[in-house]
Amino acid sequence: MSRAQTTTAASPLAVVTGTGMGRRLVLAALAAAAADLAGVALIASAAWLITRAAEQPPLAALSVAIVAVRAFATTRGVFRYGERLAGHDVALRAQAGTRERLYRALIPAGPLPQRGADLLSRMVDDTDAVQDLLVRCLLPAVAALITGVAAVVVAGFLLPAAAFALAAGLLVAGVLLPAGTAAAARRWSARIAPARADLAARVADLVHGAADLAAYGARDRALSAAMDADGRLSRLERGQAWINAAALGVGMLTQGLTVVAVVLTAQAAGLDRVATAVAALTSLVAFEPALPLAAAGERFAGVVAALRRLGETAATPPAVREPADPAPAPEPPLTVEVDDLVVRHGGREPALNGVSLTLTPGRRVAVVGPSGAGKSTLLSALMRTVEIESGAIRLDGVDVRRLSSDDVRALVTGLTQDPYVFQATVGDNLRLAGPQASTEDIEAAVRRARLDAWTERTGWDTVLGEDGRTVSGGQLQRLALARALLYDPPVLLLDEPAEALDEETADLLMADLLDATRGRTMLLVTHRLRGLEQVDEIVVLEGGRVTQRGAHADLVAAPGYYRDLWESEALTRPRG
Amino acid sequence: MHRDLLRLARAERSVRVHLACCLAAAVAAGLLVLVQAELLAGVLSGRFAAAVLLPLALVVACRGLLGWAQGVLAGRAATALKSALRRLLLGRVEGLGPAYRSGELVTLAGRGLDALDPYLTGYLPAVAVAGVVPLAVVVRLFVADLATAVIVVLTLPLIPIFGALVGWTTKTVTERQWRALARLGGHFLDVVRGLPTLRAFGRARYQASVIREVAEAHRAATMRTLRVAFLSSLVLELVASLSLALVAVPVGLRLLSGSLDLRTALLVLLLAPEAYLPLRAMGTRFHAAMEGVAAADEVFAVVNPQQETGPEIGQETGPAAARTGAGRAAPAGGPPEIRLEDVTVRYPGREETALHRVSLVIRPGERVAIVGPSGAGKSTLLHLLLGFVTPSEGRVLADGTDLAGLDLDEWRRRLAFVPQRPHLFATSVADNIALGSADGPLNTDAAVIRAAAEAAQVAEFAGALPQGYDTPLGERGANLSAGQRQRVALARAFCRPAAQVLLLDEPTARLDGRSEAAIVAATRRLAEGRTAIIVAHRPAMIDLADRVVRLDGGALVPQVPAQGGEAR
Repeated sequence: MSRAQTTTAASPLAVVTGTGMGRRLVLAALAAAAADLAGVALIASAAWLITRAAEQPPLAALSVAIVAVRAFATTRGVFRYGERLAGHDVALRAQAGTRERLYRALIPAGPLPQRGADLLSRMVDDTDAVQDLLVRCLLPAVAALITGVAAVVVAGFLLPAAAFALAAGLLVAGVLLPAGTAAAARRWSARIAPARADLAARVADLVHGAADLAAYGARDRALSAAMDADGRLSRLERGQAWINAAALGVGMLTQGLTVVAVVLTAQAAGLDRVATAVAALTSLVAFEPALPLAAAGERFAGVVAALRRLGETAATPPAVREPADPAPAPEPPLTVEVDDLVVRHGGREPALNGVSLTLTPGRRVAVVGPSGAGKSTLLSALMRTVEIESGAIRLDGVDVRRLSSDDVRALVTGLTQDPYVFQATVGDNLRLAGPQASTEDIEAAVRRARLDAWTERTGWDTVLGEDGRTVSGGQLQRLALARALLYDPPVLLLDEPAEALDEETADLLMADLLDATRGRTMLLVTHRLRGLEQVDEIVVLEGGRVTQRGAHADLVAAPGYYRDLWESEALTRPRG
Repeated sequence: MHRDLLRLARAERSVRVHLACCLAAAVAAGLLVLVQAELLAGVLSGRFAAAVLLPLALVVACRGLLGWAQGVLAGRAATALKSALRRLLLGRVEGLGPAYRSGELVTLAGRGLDALDPYLTGYLPAVAVAGVVPLAVVVRLFVADLATAVIVVLTLPLIPIFGALVGWTTKTVTERQWRALARLGGHFLDVVRGLPTLRAFGRARYQASVIREVAEAHRAATMRTLRVAFLSSLVLELVASLSLALVAVPVGLRLLSGSLDLRTALLVLLLAPEAYLPLRAMGTRFHAAMEGVAAADEVFAVVNPQQETGPEIGQETGPAAARTGAGRAAPAGGPPEIRLEDVTVRYPGREETALHRVSLVIRPGERVAIVGPSGAGKSTLLHLLLGFVTPSEGRVLADGTDLAGLDLDEWRRRLAFVPQRPHLFATSVADNIALGSADGPLNTDAAVIRAAAEAAQVAEFAGALPQGYDTPLGERGANLSAGQRQRVALARAFCRPAAQVLLLDEPTARLDGRSEAAIVAATRRLAEGRTAIIVAHRPAMIDLADRVVRLDGGALVPQVPAQGGEAR
């Protein structure tokens, strides 16, 4: 992690250069510089034209200047146009490349741990930073540098002392001020970010907890807490505005004083009127590309932070070690052996602590246990999205660590925890589990997941909303189940398929499911015991260990978690 | 300026003063450019002595100072206006009802308002400068040199005309492209969020190429649009620089013939660009400013909803407006008798009724389970009793008094509510429990909180949290399981000993067997001596009730005795 951090921090451009866009970038920078240079040259040649004309030379002496003024006036706009097109083209390419690379880096990273939805969306926003880096920071800086050097050289030909004054002024406006604003932005954002997060949390409390607050008459308290947080953030934002305004003011001051200094040195050196005017006005205009760099410096600090975060994310170590030379995937039907499996998340207590079970072809095993017992971790280990600490999982005798994780998931997969609904049509949301599936296959899977009534109502082409807003929890679960049935892996894993369904539907779904999966290799995680008499074996997990195992009838006969749960379920179940 | 925003800016003193001073500073700095050009032209033409460089330096210093003041004042105006908007917005939250697009609202009240910054700190000052400075420049040019003034006056209108023309022709295309850009970001976020699902079905690697193809197609389309859109800036740039050439060349020729003096010529050269610059500056800030206006529109659409939703939604049927602090106090005493008379509830914008002619009497101390399929109106019934929604027809009576005439704060003080998905606030466990207390978290005795936590079986897991009862919760706090969250919410109800009516919305949904048993046991204790209205779908909860009320499609289904009651 620290290695990635230093490389990204040292060169934010690493993100861009990977795509071989150097030529486009140079082109855009040259166009930007040409536009700025044309601007300076326009004023310089106009100044020369006017001051020289006042000396009333023959008209021929002015003809070159007249042509130059007209030429620079025309080309400035054209170069600017070229710069903007080339710059945006490069920026869009860079952003697309960044997103693709970030995504590819995330594929083996396993389930992004403890990352809230807002952190994910911030990550996506961070990929926009590449655009800003190019269009708002890099290209203007290069253009300002080239223009500044050119102006200093021109001034140097006229009067070396004036060139020194100009160079000093440009250094202040184009280097010192941006460096200052970048440093200030870093310092301020370190204070503003927590204040912003605090405000966001209070606002979220007020909005999401509106019912709770209203019911308990605590709304005014929460509102004043939110406004206090707003006040703290406002104070910080005002402080930041102060710094940025000061940078702006100092920039303007530097520009003006530099011009004054250039005129003063020119007059002291007895320079003629034409050269003085050209030097003064060139100095004045040479600042125009440099002055916006102070604002760019502020943005640059944010860009660097964003790129560093992206680098850290992309450097998330893979969830599992892939074998250098993967063994060929075994052919189904498969026997799955879990042998004394230990899995640990981070440095905590083992989530699974010596679990063994065997799934022979056609056998169905249910895993039950209180929340936090390690049920979902067991499925993750089977799907190779968490690493095995000790023990083994074998598919037909082949250790899964010798197989590529993609191959394992092609064999062992199904309905995972927290299934996701994409912003796509109902049909596409299903078809992702079977791109080649026929319409009949899809319809059959939908029927077996008891989703058919819903798909008939909404149609296959309805686009499901952002965050699955148009999908209720129960429908989401059934959609995910339909996907798993459509994918039809040799070993089917189901994590709480009846979760979030109402009692009646859950019972029907479980009954259907147990009916439909007869004769298939399946591992079912559930907290509903009804119908489990149909499975071949039930494993009770508690605290990462198997505390009981056997058929339903055996477990009900023995004291323990299973019997307790069964009794409380049976007691409260209306005659069933 | 935005009409509603202007009204708000006028009403808020700190916004008004700071904004006015900020605009004044911007205009003053813009006018100082004229003075600077005057002095510079004088010095360079040799008309003024070198001593003029001192006033020139002073003018420059004043410009710097004014630029700084403008930025500081703009920052103050912006933060003050954002605070005012935030207060307006958050003040409306309760009136919007619990289900109002909450995610969008949180974003809008947080980062969304920051879109106003470029509008206030960049665009408005630019507009003020553009309104004054070109005019002043033209006046000065008329005095100095008529020919130049005429050229500038003739070309100056080309900038807004071409700007508007090109902007108008590309507006729809550009807007579509910006929306496509937002959608592209949405697509990427969608794929990243769904990565675990894609991985489970072996589609993760395939999506990487989809990301590239979508982005490439988007880039190509965007560049096609930009080629046209950037024409506007090309035209503006050309107008400005060609006008300068148009001014400079004739001026040079007239100098040659001796019909113009050098000082005037230099002044004209320095001043002419300053006539175009403010207009172009305003144009470049326009797009960012419009995003701020869009944010302001969103805020005002929430704050003044009638503008958006139209008059067909009767006020009385909408979610209850904040009606607190007024009305009669609820009659005190034991648990009230609650009577619904022919109550119909209709949500704005929906065809079907959420509750349809429901009549129901709940006796003091009775425990009633409300059952029915999802969407039957169970939660609406609770929200009705809480005053979150008001009946479109019929009335709700507490001890014979219409709820509509009661002081809602007073009435709610007699209720304890455990919602289906309780919200855990970004404070400590203890403060989350103390929310239930009528005295507020600061004035609630720690012992009272502990007792409530014991009763709701929060104590079981609170001890294991990193900082015990002081552990922060919420989005960035400790992650509690669904069962633990429910128990915290139940503890809130225990923290409210004066509550006479218990309203529980599916408190055991999403819980496993043991957590459920714990909640049921705690609820049983809590319901003692109180009226309890429990929306339930799990048998264990239904078992607790004296009576089961079944709702279907918003209507009451003839009552049946509780199954569990029979079994006992």
